[in-house]
Amino acid sequence: MPGFWRRLLGNRSAIIGLVILAVVVVVAASAPVLFPGSPFRRVDRPFQPPFGAHLFGTDVLGRNVAAGIAHGARTSLMIGILATTVAVLVGTVIGAAAGYYGGRLDDLLMRTTEFFQTIPTFLFAIILVAILAPSIRSIVIAIAVVSWPAVARLVRGEFLALRHREFVHACICLGMSDRRVIFRHVLPNCLSPIIVTGSLTVATAILIESALSFLGLGDPNVMSWGFMIGAGRTFLRTAWWLCTIPGMAILLTVLAINLLGEGLNDTLNPRLRNS
Amino acid sequence: MAQAIPVVCAILVLNFLLLRLAPGDAASVLAGEAGSATPEYMAELRQRFGLDQPLLVQLLYYVKNMAALDLGFSFRYNMPVLTLIVNRLGPTLLLMGVTLVLSVGAGVTLGILAASRAGSWRDTVISILALVSYATPLFWIGLMLVVVFSLKLDWLPTSGMETVAAFYQGSDRVLDIARHLILPAVTLSLFYMALYTRLMRAAMLEQAGMDYVTTARAKGLSEGRITLAHIVRNAVLPVVTVAGVQLGGLLGGSIVVESVFAWPGLGLLAFQALFARDFNLLLGIFFLSASLVVVVNLGVDLLYTFLDPRIQV
Repeated sequence: MPGFWRRLLGNRSAIIGLVILAVVVVVAASAPVLFPGSPFRRVDRPFQPPFGAHLFGTDVLGRNVAAGIAHGARTSLMIGILATTVAVLVGTVIGAAAGYYGGRLDDLLMRTTEFFQTIPTFLFAIILVAILAPSIRSIVIAIAVVSWPAVARLVRGEFLALRHREFVHACICLGMSDRRVIFRHVLPNCLSPIIVTGSLTVATAILIESALSFLGLGDPNVMSWGFMIGAGRTFLRTAWWLCTIPGMAILLTVLAINLLGEGLNDTLNPRLRNS
Repeated sequence: MAQAIPVVCAILVLNFLLLRLAPGDAASVLAGEAGSATPEYMAELRQRFGLDQPLLVQLLYYVKNMAALDLGFSFRYNMPVLTLIVNRLGPTLLLMGVTLVLSVGAGVTLGILAASRAGSWRDTVISILALVSYATPLFWIGLMLVVVFSLKLDWLPTSGMETVAAFYQGSDRVLDIARHLILPAVTLSLFYMALYTRLMRAAMLEQAGMDYVTTARAKGLSEGRITLAHIVRNAVLPVVTVAGVQLGGLLGGSIVVESVFAWPGLGLLAFQALFARDFNLLLGIFFLSASLVVVVNLGVDLLYTFLDPRIQV
């Protein structure tokens, strides 16, 4: 493990990603301290430009934009991580079952996976959130439903490659249960690609969440970056900062996670680095 | 063709399940906005969709109606859902077509430029550009382009598909639509361009190490000809595959982009349906656009055999 950290910290994109991400995490964690109270609270006259009394100015209702950014960071990170966790768990179980057992089960599961990949996923997510009523829970479900297929296909591929290796046959000959072989012996061997895909899924999840809340499908009780952009849209001509600042926040966070993902990829799959 | 039919059936079943999941009884969901439908129409819906029957029978009724392309009626627009969708199909297909050409064209070109001098400053600049475009939310880049090109520079219109009040005819109208198309198409293209640039670059570098490239070099071909005639033809295949897979994603992206630019296509219709909580219209759009993606994917398969004659459908 120390070798892993040394290699990761020797990777330029991983370093940049980690630094930006650390800032976002610190801001998110300290949001209740830096900006106590609800970010929906009115603090000053509306349309105060940034870098005056308030770091990022105020919006149409006199809400503090900086407080929105800090609280929005919590929402983005939370939804990104929760949705990815669900997607990775579901995708891993389905992909592992398909790759390990093969045959008709594999056929059925892979057809289903491909089906979920062909349908217009964002539209599907929109309909799910609209029908389940906008809340953190329904947003997490919707993002997970559209994100698991990529994980399932990846895990299936890894399992197919490992399925007939000697150590797997040895495990079976020792009389181990399928579950034990899958989770204790095969799965740990394909953790690296799962970690890399998972990190990239967090980035996509944050992008989907921001688009959903931009369209008015965010949880009405929590502040989010997409909602801020959607609300500031009408004042594009007069108050540029209302859209620009939350957008930069999304861009930087997603960029940081993608950079970290690339760094992880280089670190965990050294063979791929030169290709 | 054989795979397309089960997929469409699965979409129908999924649609039916979503309909059942929606709040309120199915008749009121089918009638669109609650309260605006007449009691007679509601009674007719209940009867036509067999809503007093067991669930499985209801599914059969639903499939029967959908198969006849009877998608119901939208009271908000006072128009059958199918007509509404068909009217909006043109602008969306135009936007998606231009975006597809633009993103694949620019992505493949940038990928070739980056890979042919891997490690140079040109490669670095293209890679950073792709990385940033890949991380930018579509709706935000759209708004920023509006700020720069419409509000500050006043070069391009902010929204809509044409200047209706100008009553342009013939080539003037085409030009007017083209001017309106630039910002939405560029916005929607950037993300996919980034994706294809990265794919193309990786595929080019992978192909460049193959034996056939050594052979081509050994028989004295110029580097330019090796790249263009041999490497690119093989490297473009994964890009075409992914472009086909990404069509559904492109449709999703067009919802966001169309609602930013008020582009009068399916995406804007979906946004308006969402706003009015007209689930039946939303599900109709979902059904038709999913079927559209299935059909276009069949087309991509054919294109694939054209690009690589070794592959047979």
